[in-house]
Amino acid sequence: MIAALRCVIVRDLLLAVRRSSDVLTVLLFFVIVVSLFPLGIGPDPELLRTIAPGVIWVAALLASMLALQRIFASDHADGTLEQMLLGASPLGMTVAAKVFAHWLVSGLPLVLISPVLALQFNFPQEMLGVLTLSLALGTPVLSLIGAIGAALTLGLRGGGALLSLLVLPLYVPVLIMGAGSAEAAAAGIGGQAQLLLLGALLVFAGAFAPWAVAVALRISTE
Amino acid sequence: MEKTSGTPSLEAVDLHCARGERKLFGALSFALHGGELLRIAGANGSGKTSLLRISCGLIEPTEGSVRWCGEDIRRLQEEFRRQLVYIGHADAIKDDLTSAENLQVACTLAGVHARPAQVGEALRQLGLAGCEHLPARVLSRGQRRRVALTRLVLSEHVPLWLLDEPFTALDAAATDCVQGLVAAHVSRGGAVMYTTHHEAKIAAGVARRIDLGSGPAP
Repeated sequence: MIAALRCVIVRDLLLAVRRSSDVLTVLLFFVIVVSLFPLGIGPDPELLRTIAPGVIWVAALLASMLALQRIFASDHADGTLEQMLLGASPLGMTVAAKVFAHWLVSGLPLVLISPVLALQFNFPQEMLGVLTLSLALGTPVLSLIGAIGAALTLGLRGGGALLSLLVLPLYVPVLIMGAGSAEAAAAGIGGQAQLLLLGALLVFAGAFAPWAVAVALRISTE
Repeated sequence: MEKTSGTPSLEAVDLHCARGERKLFGALSFALHGGELLRIAGANGSGKTSLLRISCGLIEPTEGSVRWCGEDIRRLQEEFRRQLVYIGHADAIKDDLTSAENLQVACTLAGVHARPAQVGEALRQLGLAGCEHLPARVLSRGQRRRVALTRLVLSEHVPLWLLDEPFTALDAAATDCVQGLVAAHVSRGGAVMYTTHHEAKIAAGVARRIDLGSGPAP
């Protein structure tokens, strides 16, 4: 089973490398959306610092939405998904491996580039760690929740718009905790409580979302 | 159906299938034991693919159940899935991976361990020598089908093969080769269930046929 899971992760990373434009699109989208705010709002350092966590988090949310549709679509189209459903390892585990690989190519780059983007907002450097940590804990939750939506809307016409309607409301707790942690840290209260809650969300989603995705996939491939 | 011997067997009990509003087939029962070949015949839209997909558990029958060695496949889950190879209409080939990588991934997902040397040898057996390291994007329709079917060479020990139109897009040589693989599997004691429009010439001790007729009742 371990071999099968490793194989899924390696395969998805290999596909991402050979189709690197997909990965770059998401990353560039994130960079551009975040950079538009200082340009549109003007150079007021105080205001920019206040909105920085919220802007970065909302942009991360949208960027991860953008990447979501691809998570199962091509496997569904070419029949690989059928083979995964019939695979020798439990479907939930295969799904977990797929979501992890998806996060590595669409979530992790956002986490790594966010400290650089936060500099545009005059965000206090000592708080960059909290912001990055909140994204590192939060973006996997986004991928896990999003995968449920992606599995449910698989093969539907106009699934993209429906997916956003379905998933964005579920992202709200993550957004509140994530942006809240950095704001609290900047205000000097410390963002520990929010980070712990994000961690709890991650553990919860990591344990249950793959099985929900597995059920959704079985339904939408019938 | 009354026979429950030690050999692995697939039993369908009183299957009904409806897709949407249309009833495809009803009250269908059959048993398939090791060493038997079962061909599903019928017109387009008569439910051949649905029957195969029900048999491997990809879709649920409207009524009835499928059993493997006497146990419902819904209960067996992975335990059953490890015992079967299903090759569907879709080849499950990724354009950006090479033939060898595609085959390796398909085998690993199915829990079949294949060494790179075996993969290369299997691809050569299906007449794909020289294509091992080409991306699947440049392969023709027939060649992609061959890559998908190469899994059979590496799945000799898997007792149940379910093949959906295996000969589509294959040329005469490849068709012969696949028919040979199926015949060898049946003589080895494996069970094969397949659909085809071709009059396939497969030498097998017990060859049966289920005809789903000319199509769904109006």
